[in-house]
Amino acid sequence: MLRADPAVDEKLSGCPDSVPVMGEGLVRARGLRKSFGAFEAVRGIDVEVAPGEVFGFLGPNGAGKSSTMRMIACVSPRSAGELVVLGGDPDREGPRIRARLGVVPQLDNLDAELSVRENLEMYGRYFGLSRRHVRTKATELLDFAQLTERAGDKVDALSGGMKRRLTIARALVNEPELLLLDEPTTGLDPQARHLLWERLYRLKGEGVTQIITTHYMDEAEQLCDRLVVMDGGVIVAEGSPAELIERWSTREVLELRFPSDLPPPVWELEPHAERVELLPDRALLYVADGDRAQTAIHAAGVRPLSALVRRSSLEDVFLRLTGRTLVD
Amino acid sequence: MAPETAYAPGWVHGVGLVLENHLRWYRRNWRATAISSVLQPLLFLLAFGLGFGSLVGSRAAAVTGGAEYLVWLAPALLAMSAVQTGAFEMSYPVLAGFKWRRTYEATTATPIGGGQVALGQLAFVAVKSVLTGAVSLLVIALFGGVRSVGVLGSLVAAVLTGAAVAALVMAFSASRQDEGAAFNALFRFVVLPMTLFSGTFFPIANLPAWVQPLAWVSPLWHGTELARWAAGVGPAGAGAVLGHVAYLLVLLGVGIALSVRLFVRRLGR
Repeated sequence: MLRADPAVDEKLSGCPDSVPVMGEGLVRARGLRKSFGAFEAVRGIDVEVAPGEVFGFLGPNGAGKSSTMRMIACVSPRSAGELVVLGGDPDREGPRIRARLGVVPQLDNLDAELSVRENLEMYGRYFGLSRRHVRTKATELLDFAQLTERAGDKVDALSGGMKRRLTIARALVNEPELLLLDEPTTGLDPQARHLLWERLYRLKGEGVTQIITTHYMDEAEQLCDRLVVMDGGVIVAEGSPAELIERWSTREVLELRFPSDLPPPVWELEPHAERVELLPDRALLYVADGDRAQTAIHAAGVRPLSALVRRSSLEDVFLRLTGRTLVD
Repeated sequence: MAPETAYAPGWVHGVGLVLENHLRWYRRNWRATAISSVLQPLLFLLAFGLGFGSLVGSRAAAVTGGAEYLVWLAPALLAMSAVQTGAFEMSYPVLAGFKWRRTYEATTATPIGGGQVALGQLAFVAVKSVLTGAVSLLVIALFGGVRSVGVLGSLVAAVLTGAAVAALVMAFSASRQDEGAAFNALFRFVVLPMTLFSGTFFPIANLPAWVQPLAWVSPLWHGTELARWAAGVGPAGAGAVLGHVAYLLVLLGVGIALSVRLFVRRLGR
């Protein structure tokens, strides 16, 4: 597939501004592996993340994303392969590298019994920052996370979205060069998600490099400049969201629903699409022009319960690559 | 803002920062634990020191070297409560740090490593037992249980004993994936018998000969002997004192080594 060669990576990033000046990424992995006993969670992946870009690991639960993130975060030693993070070897220089990282874990691990402000100040101290400095920094971060009014409240009392924003603010207390976000919006309502995305855009604008894992396709499309699709511990595709869609899907998708006891007539659909995917509850027709395909199918006498034309998404890419849908 | 850059603090500095943040937490949440950690020795003081003590009366002098029962009991109570605090603080709270509150995971995402998390928490438990021990001592003094400033030495002995037990229990907790019946068993079959048969309320010489070796293994017995010696109500000679200190230091060292190893394995270096 299209990994391994850094020259290809650069071409794929599609954004000349983000090409690393030093010719070396903030994160560079070659043949990276992680096993837990007999189980191999990550089975040899090559990754290169350039300064300033937002890089995504996309895949279902169990794909190996979190194991990869923990190795990059220098808290889980690699089982094999090469890994360089911020120019250092995580096995030997873990603390020094972690001093320049910001980590947003999958599950909130704030100190629920301390106040919002105390959580920020306490965390900042671990980076060798003075009390005075973390006090000022906390004020700034409270503003960023829109939590200034809740500064004195215990974390227990915050909503899920607020806790998430606080966790992200906390990860910024050391002004990291690289921010690692593991499933940043899992479990949030749509409004809280959008607010969080907006904050992440802002960070990108400020030049903070981000690595995000997600199993949400829309999140990957919204946030990532470039991403790899992982499945079963390996990388199955790599590129920008647009490139991946172009390469592995069509411009539009026609979704047809049929009564569940009457399976859709595939042979009648196939002539009208580049590719047809049958899911338990619907048929997906990959086409260049959804409306035209819909008209053609209607003319052929096929009568679905409902029809919907939509833009192709990473969900379709994943389906094409793995033959499976991404289910939570 | 003044330009200040994040860096990885040195090993000892890192331990200090973990301690600092425990103290920050304690400053906000001390009330929840203060009652139990001072009330418990107070109850023992009332029940045994005053209640049981009045029953024993002057007959106690035979084993206490002439001291009143309460004065003889006081240093031992300090050691006992330090051991109980140490054991409790390193059971559920440690597993909570790994599993439920996940604060260890948060800390080790920073330059701080697993070993520093372990030592910082141990330091916190030691500080905490100094504080609660000092308050207990004050209460004991009010009831007339203090005859010499040597009890300050008893407090030091108590904290050393508590720390040794705490370090061992911390290693035990770090080896557990979930609590199951492990902590209940620890308290019922290790901590409770230890508090009953370590010479706290009566000299171990009064125990059947075959039980006495159990007391010799018990860190609390060594701590109790040491605490009594410091308060001037114990028979221990210089050799025995060195032996007690050495035994407690070895346990502390083993507990620390095991804890650091297990914390690093679970959380990273």
